[in-house]
Amino acid sequence: MSYIELATALIFVVIPLALTLVLRLGLERDIIIATVRSIIQLLIIGYILTFVFESDSPIFMLLMILLMIVAATQNIRRKGDGIPGIMWIIVLTLVTIEALTMGLMLGLGIIPFEPEKVIPISGMVIGNSMVLSLLFLNKFKDEVERSDDVIELILSLGGTPKVAIDRSLKNAIRTSMIPTVEAQKTMGLVQLPGMMSGLIIGGADPMEAVLYQLLILFLILTTASISATLVGYLAYPRLFNEKMQYIGLTYRK
Amino acid sequence: MSIIEFKDVSHQDILQHVSGSFREGRITTFVGPSGAGKTTCLKHINGLLSPDTGTILFKGEDIAEMDILELRKKIGMAFQSAPMIQGTVYDNLNLPKAIFDETLDRDRAAELLHRVDLSEALLDQPVKSLSGGERSRVAIARTLVNKPDVLLLDEITASLDYRTVKEIERLIRKLQQSYGVTVIWITHDLDQARRVSDDMWFLKDGELLAFGDASFIDETDNPVIQRFVRGED
Repeated sequence: MSYIELATALIFVVIPLALTLVLRLGLERDIIIATVRSIIQLLIIGYILTFVFESDSPIFMLLMILLMIVAATQNIRRKGDGIPGIMWIIVLTLVTIEALTMGLMLGLGIIPFEPEKVIPISGMVIGNSMVLSLLFLNKFKDEVERSDDVIELILSLGGTPKVAIDRSLKNAIRTSMIPTVEAQKTMGLVQLPGMMSGLIIGGADPMEAVLYQLLILFLILTTASISATLVGYLAYPRLFNEKMQYIGLTYRK
Repeated sequence: MSIIEFKDVSHQDILQHVSGSFREGRITTFVGPSGAGKTTCLKHINGLLSPDTGTILFKGEDIAEMDILELRKKIGMAFQSAPMIQGTVYDNLNLPKAIFDETLDRDRAAELLHRVDLSEALLDQPVKSLSGGERSRVAIARTLVNKPDVLLLDEITASLDYRTVKEIERLIRKLQQSYGVTVIWITHDLDQARRVSDDMWFLKDGELLAFGDASFIDETDNPVIQRFVRGED
């Protein structure tokens, strides 16, 4: 695909822009910002990836992964507002997931240690972990705010903080995992997943694309369960003090 | 003999140098205007909050030195909203056991319902279907599972009709007389306080203005309390 063809593709931006102007939805500014940002971000990442792939250096590869973790943390951090120390909880979760999944895949020889494989797959793992953490934090904070009376009730009966928050925590973990599990059930029927579509468009053998996609699907399942569980079990103690008293979400003024 | 004693207890700007005691086996009501610090005081007794300064003694022992989870089992608390977990009445009565991976015997659950004047037929009913009065009674029955020495009641009759309020009052008096449990009861209703109290604590703006035999509420010469009694505060 050439830059001229890409420019032609901007027609797909003009259509929503026209719609928002006609219907006065007030989204034109956001659409323009989103378009410009995506073009700049993706072109930059394209050049960086070309450089990293050509240099074939593990240091640049690690730097890329680090960049992804920092960007994902920035994105999630605000969602965790109210939970003290949430930034480090997210960093620890993302690093653990990346280390675990890459360790397993490289250790078991599922993928070779090449930037072309490690970086895109890391991107998917970290990106998915980011989305799951966002979903989890959203649900968890909602659960905690809705059931603070039950949490205090269980504490008043002599239950520990872990027992008191158990229901809210597990509900939030379950709810945040449901979209991942549901999406996998219809995978290939309703939509062709992004990575597989990309490989096929890029000229890869469809069966090879399917095998890679299956790998990613299984990875995403692991990522989903570990992200929600890890963020949850690291975050809930921050809602209590050392005297086993409930302090709840503490928003900075 | 006092079972709980506050010694110069302060908490943020809600409680100011509160010193007073609760006599064992009696019903003490907390009265005073809204925002006086009544619920905060109650939560201190159960260890859900801790004083910034001062000490609270339970049977002569500083609760800060006690095993907090054991203390909470000895001091049952019924909250204003009578919070329930999803499920049946039995699930809720079983909660104090379930949190320690134990199970409440169904016969004992039925007996607890009888104690609060409810039929055991309610055991398998979902809590969503309960009336306000039934919900309050289930909440009280649930606090009895741990056989507490002290029962803390936070405005448990606030949203109930007059007849149910009187029934709950009779029930609490019955529990106190039959089992010798010490009751500490927050109420915004002064008439109710007069009906049920042996003793009273009067709080205003986080300060304990008077405590002791309930008769002080009508005999005091404290102008602040007199204004409250006349409904001017």
